[in-house]
Amino acid sequence: MSDMTMTVSGGGGAQEALRFHVEEGHHPENATLLGFWLYLMSDCLIFACLFATYGVLGREYAGGPSAAQVLELPIVAVNTTLLLLSSITYGFAVLEMQQNRRAPMMAWLIVTWFLGAGFIGLELTEFLHLVSIGAGPQRSAFLSSFFTLVGTHGLHVTSGLIWMIVLLVQVGKKGLTAANKRRLMCLSMFWHFLDVVWVGVFSFVYLMGVLS
Amino acid sequence: MSDHTQHAHGGDHHDETHDGVADIHVTLKGYLTGFCAAALLTLLPFWLVMSGAFSKTGPADAFILLLAAIQIVVHMVYFLHLNGKSEGGWNMLALAFTIILVVITLSGSIWIMYHLNQNMMPSMMKDVRNLP
Repeated sequence: MSDMTMTVSGGGGAQEALRFHVEEGHHPENATLLGFWLYLMSDCLIFACLFATYGVLGREYAGGPSAAQVLELPIVAVNTTLLLLSSITYGFAVLEMQQNRRAPMMAWLIVTWFLGAGFIGLELTEFLHLVSIGAGPQRSAFLSSFFTLVGTHGLHVTSGLIWMIVLLVQVGKKGLTAANKRRLMCLSMFWHFLDVVWVGVFSFVYLMGVLS
Repeated sequence: MSDHTQHAHGGDHHDETHDGVADIHVTLKGYLTGFCAAALLTLLPFWLVMSGAFSKTGPADAFILLLAAIQIVVHMVYFLHLNGKSEGGWNMLALAFTIILVVITLSGSIWIMYHLNQNMMPSMMKDVRNLP
C-alpha cells in the first residue's frame, strides 16, 4: 500500500526504477475510540475554562455566604464515594463485556446507573438547599462560578446516564455486537473521564473552599 | 504493568479486530488496583480536612492539589487505560497538548487576575480619577 514505484528516465536513456518504501506504524483501522478521546480532550478544555473562572471568582462573595459557610463536606464525601464506586462497577461491566457475557454486563451497567443517579440526586438536593437559603447562582460571583462548574459536571453525568439507558436497550435488543462493544468502550471513557473531572471539583472547589 | 500477561481473551474476537476494542487490555487486577489507590487518595484529603487537621490554607492547599494530581494519573492509567502505545501514541499526544492548554488557561487566568486585583486597589483608583 505504501510502496510507490516511479520510473525516471536518465540522461543516457537507461531506465531506472526508484522505489520508495514508507515505514509506518500500526494504524487503528477504526478511529472511533481515538475520535472520542479527542472529544474528551476538548471537553477537558471546557472544564479548564470553568475551573479557571472559579479560580478567579471563587473568593468574590459580594457580602454573601462564603464557601466555608455553605458547602457541606459530608454530602460531597458520599457523592464522591458514589461516583468512585460507579467507576469500578463500570469497569466490571467492561470485564464482562470482554468475556461476551451479556446478562452480567447489563447487571453491572444497571448498578452503575443507580450509583450515578444517586450522585445526581444528592447534587440536586444540595443545589435546591443552596437556592432555598438564598445562596443561588445570582447571589455572588463565587456562587455563579460554583453553580456553572458543578452544574456542567452534573449535566455531563446526566447525559452519561441517558446514554447508559440507550446502550442497555441496544445491548438488550441486539446483543454484544462489535458496534455495541465500541459504544460501551466510548461510554466507559466518558464515565471515567467524568470521575477525573470530579477529582478536580472536590479537591479544588469543596476541600479548598472549606479550608479558605 | 502486568496487564498483558493477565489478559484473557474470552471467546473469539475476529468480528471486532477492526475497531480497536480488542486492543484494549483490561484486567480485574488493574481495575481493583486503581480503585484502591483512588479510594486512598480520596479518603486522605477528606479525612484531613473534615477532622480539622488542616487549619491553615497555604501548605494544605498545595497538598490537596498534589493528591488530586496523583489521583488523576491513577484514573488515567487504570481506568482510562492510557499508555504510550494506545492508538499509535495519538492518545498521549492529544493528552499532552490538552495538559499544556489547561496549564496555560488555569495558571494564566489566576496569575493575571490576581495581579489585576492588586493593581486595581481603591488607593490607585484615586490616581485614575485625578487624571485630566
